[in-house]
Amino acid sequence: MRYQLGIVGGGPAGMMAALIGDRFGIKTILIDDNPALGGQLIKQTHKFFGSKDHYCGYRGFQIGSILREEIAKSKVEVITSATVTGIYPGFILGLHHKERYQEVGCDAVIVATGAKEKFLIFENNDLPGVYGAGAVQTLMNVYGVFPGRRALMIGSGNIGLIVTYQLLQAGVEVPFLVEILPEIGGWFVHAAKIARAGTRILTSHTIISALGEEEVEGAVIAKVDDQFHPVSGSEVTIDVDLICLAVGLSPLSDLLWQVGCRMEFIPELGGYLAWHNERMETTVPGLYVAGDVAGIEEATTAMLEGKVAAISAVSHLLGPSDELSAMQREIIRELDDLRSGDFSQVVSRGLRRLYDRP
Amino acid sequence: MKSDFSEEKKIVCRCEDLTAAEIIKKIKEGYHTFDELKRVIRCGAGMCQGRTCRDLIMKLLAQHLNRRIEDLPHPTIRPPIKPIPLKSFQ
Repeated sequence: MRYQLGIVGGGPAGMMAALIGDRFGIKTILIDDNPALGGQLIKQTHKFFGSKDHYCGYRGFQIGSILREEIAKSKVEVITSATVTGIYPGFILGLHHKERYQEVGCDAVIVATGAKEKFLIFENNDLPGVYGAGAVQTLMNVYGVFPGRRALMIGSGNIGLIVTYQLLQAGVEVPFLVEILPEIGGWFVHAAKIARAGTRILTSHTIISALGEEEVEGAVIAKVDDQFHPVSGSEVTIDVDLICLAVGLSPLSDLLWQVGCRMEFIPELGGYLAWHNERMETTVPGLYVAGDVAGIEEATTAMLEGKVAAISAVSHLLGPSDELSAMQREIIRELDDLRSGDFSQVVSRGLRRLYDRP
Repeated sequence: MKSDFSEEKKIVCRCEDLTAAEIIKKIKEGYHTFDELKRVIRCGAGMCQGRTCRDLIMKLLAQHLNRRIEDLPHPTIRPPIKPIPLKSFQ
């Protein structure tokens, strides 16, 4: 089976890219390793900000449903519970699906594989009860599983703050959130909400160890100095049975390493990622990136990047046109607008560093 | 030697059950790249293929060799990027 466009990853970026491909009559296949399309949207119960064009006012999982329905109505071929295990010369995708390995040929590829959660090294970090914040969100919001009774949240970026709120909504106590930096990383509005609900946010603090034999029964936290070293004597033992790590994400770029894209290390964007330009073109002609794999941001920018990448792919497949480039310029302008705020300073700095490396 | 003891309880590679102490010991013995470490102690060779430990080990290497992560050789990523059961090829 041969397709004009293969999209790896069915989150917000991949789904949006597939819809654009389909709109231009491109024979498109969308592959995702989860049982259903939606990526991280399926567990996001918070409302989106921004403008009406960007689904503001909708909750993340509702945006996922809207896109899923649009894809169901389109000609896009969807394969879920399938893993792309490699990209071979001529854009042959190795595909593992239903216990069978098969190969699918494509003329262009968009990699929208998203991100992985970063982990942390501390004593007893392998005890049951130590989770990534994303995993806790999946347990609660997708499967309805109560993750614990009392939680310690590590990290005050937006994910740490939002998941803390969702834990509180589910009836889990969250007495403490620790942040190793001297300032809260995420938005004030989210931090204020959990502080009002009784969570103490301790900046310049970190976790030293998890306590317990068979599972988490407590944690030791401590103050850190300006070199981020624990201050001895400042250790406090707290009673928790759940430790939630929200210490950042990094691009899931294994396929891009494997295929031979030039990779760049940009800490502001989460670590190693494939070099790309504003049109989401990588150093491999016909291969594009979109969403968190192209630098950690959030779902709204991921959807726009999906559109930009798909337009680049359509131009590559059908030949460039004024209509396509005008459409693409408009979306790039929207992305610039979204990234112009104070909260996007770090991402914008990272993207400038990336674009400056020709 | 309290600090050494505590390193033994810090898991870095979950698939292969490797602690920070074991990895630091190998770095001190002269294994100075991720791929060299992988060949001697199998870090990153398990089910997740290094998705969790790769960043942590690169950070440990950078700290102990006093170099920047981006100046260290990155491990080679080969297909299949996730393990596939052999029966899937039948």
